[in-house]
Amino acid sequence: MIDIFSLSVMDIVNWSLHVGLAHFLLLAAVLFSIGLYGLLTKKGIISTLMCVELMLNAANINLVAFNHYRPFQDFSGQLMAIFSVAVAASEVAVGIALAFRIYREHGSIHVDELNNMKG
Amino acid sequence: MSEFALTHAWLIPLLPALAFVVIGFFTRLDKSISAKIAISMISVSFLLALGVLAAVISGPITMDNPLIQKVLWAKMGTLELSMGVLVDPMTAMMLIVVTTVALLVQIYSVGYMEHDPGAGRFFAFLSLFASSMLGLVISVNFLQMYAFWELVGVCSYLLIGFYYYKISAREAAKKAFITTRIGDFGMLLGILLLQITFGTLDFMELKELVPAYIWISGTGFMTVVGLLLFIGPIGKSGQFPLHVWLPDAMEGPTPVSALIHAATMVVAGVYLVGRAYFIFSALPAVMTVIAWIGGFTAFFAATIAITQRPFKRILAYSTISQLGYMMLALGVGSLTASMFHLMTHAFFKALLFLCAGAVIEAMNEEADIFKMGGLRHRMPTTFKCMAVGVLAIAGVPPFAGFFSKDMILAAAAEVSMPLYLLAAATAFLTAFYMARLLFVAFFGEVREDCPAHETNSYMRMPLVVLAVLAVVSGAWGHFAGFGEWVYFGAVQEEHIDFMIAGSSVLLTLIAFALAYEIYVAKRFSAHLLAQRFGILYTLSYNKYYVDEFYTIVRNTFVDKLGAVLYWFDLHVVDGVVNGLAKGVGCLSCVFTALQNGQAQRYVAVFYCGVIVLVAYSVFCAVRILNLLGGAF
Repeated sequence: MIDIFSLSVMDIVNWSLHVGLAHFLLLAAVLFSIGLYGLLTKKGIISTLMCVELMLNAANINLVAFNHYRPFQDFSGQLMAIFSVAVAASEVAVGIALAFRIYREHGSIHVDELNNMKG
Repeated sequence: MSEFALTHAWLIPLLPALAFVVIGFFTRLDKSISAKIAISMISVSFLLALGVLAAVISGPITMDNPLIQKVLWAKMGTLELSMGVLVDPMTAMMLIVVTTVALLVQIYSVGYMEHDPGAGRFFAFLSLFASSMLGLVISVNFLQMYAFWELVGVCSYLLIGFYYYKISAREAAKKAFITTRIGDFGMLLGILLLQITFGTLDFMELKELVPAYIWISGTGFMTVVGLLLFIGPIGKSGQFPLHVWLPDAMEGPTPVSALIHAATMVVAGVYLVGRAYFIFSALPAVMTVIAWIGGFTAFFAATIAITQRPFKRILAYSTISQLGYMMLALGVGSLTASMFHLMTHAFFKALLFLCAGAVIEAMNEEADIFKMGGLRHRMPTTFKCMAVGVLAIAGVPPFAGFFSKDMILAAAAEVSMPLYLLAAATAFLTAFYMARLLFVAFFGEVREDCPAHETNSYMRMPLVVLAVLAVVSGAWGHFAGFGEWVYFGAVQEEHIDFMIAGSSVLLTLIAFALAYEIYVAKRFSAHLLAQRFGILYTLSYNKYYVDEFYTIVRNTFVDKLGAVLYWFDLHVVDGVVNGLAKGVGCLSCVFTALQNGQAQRYVAVFYCGVIVLVAYSVFCAVRILNLLGGAF
């Protein structure tokens, strides 16, 4: 583990200038967090779907980045990412169809009004 | 033939049971076919019973050397329950009595039930009734006997309540069933105690074990067992505290009364005591109880019978009285006298009841004897048969009752003077009330509105046969040596004690003369006599208020106890159950609050969980890696 409290200024500068795996992971983490935040707070069902897309893409970035920094070069990470994109596309199709049906049924697409499962 | 009958004695109860099944399932709606099936089956049983009787008389079978056939019925661990056939002279005698009376009653029923649409059902029940009693008679152990004992109870319930659309019949059926159940419960306890103590219920094995047990550990425990066992016969045979069901049992059709009172139901108790006599005879205290309950019942019922008005009720109380005689005979140690009286009583009481049926049918269901009169002109055959029955039950010399009653009186006189006096007084009362019945109903003037007419031949023929039996069975038993045949312990010698016989005949004749003076010659007014004996008459007419007493007991104890228990059930038992349910409901409130249907909340919780798991895996990475096997 990196001991973040004993880093010197030079270390930080050095780390900022040389783009490496950690930067990609940081980007993915930020992207994921934004997606998660949106997922938890947005009312509209379309916005939440978009947020889910963000989180999926964060995962894709991770996959590609890890593949790039692996000792053995192949395309398994990228392949995985492509798969993920394809699945995400179909998921969006289904999700939007669902949103459409929900709008027809309820007259609104607010997630917090969909509480039919309330115990 | 007789050898075949002996080895196939199990067919005797099975054939009527078969008739029950066939009638019950297939031919119930067809009266004549049902009657034919029932009668043919019981006839075959009767022939088989005759064969058994012949084999027993001629063969090596005695009371001490019975023929036993057993099959294993159920096996539970070390507990083996068997069923089978036990044939000894007592069984053979009972088989003959039951099949004869059942056969004649069924033939009579063809005439009696001619216009009843439910006749098919009636014959099915009669067959089952006969079958249960025959099964009871041939039982090899207490369990088999208990099973058939209960079957007899069920059949009596079905038949007493045969006219189920009449409230009185329904009530009488329930009363009979519940009252006898009280006795059966005591008996069940006794049987269980026997099973626990001896590990067997087989009569033959118990016959060996019980005397040894009593010799080793005294009579204390066995007295309890004996008393419990005796409660069953008290209920079934209508002895004093539980006799109340028997007079009500006449709500059923009259042939059923004949069957219940004469051959099948009530003598089951006497028979049980006789079958288990090796237990009872070894317990002096129990024998005393049996003798006194029998003697008291005989006298008590006779005093009720002298004031009753309905034809069948007089006969019902006379049955209780005669059963008391049988119990008395058992209690004073004479199995022979008891069984002899059982046999003769079966014939003459069946005769009397069938006569009653004929009379009541002829009178268009009018049962009050004081509304009859002069019937001997209208129904000569019935009158002759009735007269034979009355003479037989009163104990006039050549008739059957004389021999058996004399034997009981002699046995009682040997043991205890008070019991003898009680029995002799009962004999007097018996002669009086039977004479009263006969004189009031059959003598005197014919009433103008009397619809009576002679009955059809189906009903006359059994009467004549039974009348013949009521004449000859006593003399036959006496001179053919019944006592050398059915006995317990030592062979009973046949002799007539002229002192006892003479005095009882004298008493009988006095009673007849008295009844004649009062009810035919009308030299004394019955009404004035009733007034003279005011309180006694009222007590007797109201059956000593036993039923009312039971009603009060039930109202005060059972109903109040029921109310208390109902409250307990409503508030305590239900309260506990409802409280539990409410508690669970409250607990579930906590968790239903979590289930609010908001998907985003779930996601948040889920994410928190993920954070916890990740944190755990980060801080405990080493341990997890070790867990994975150190591959990394």
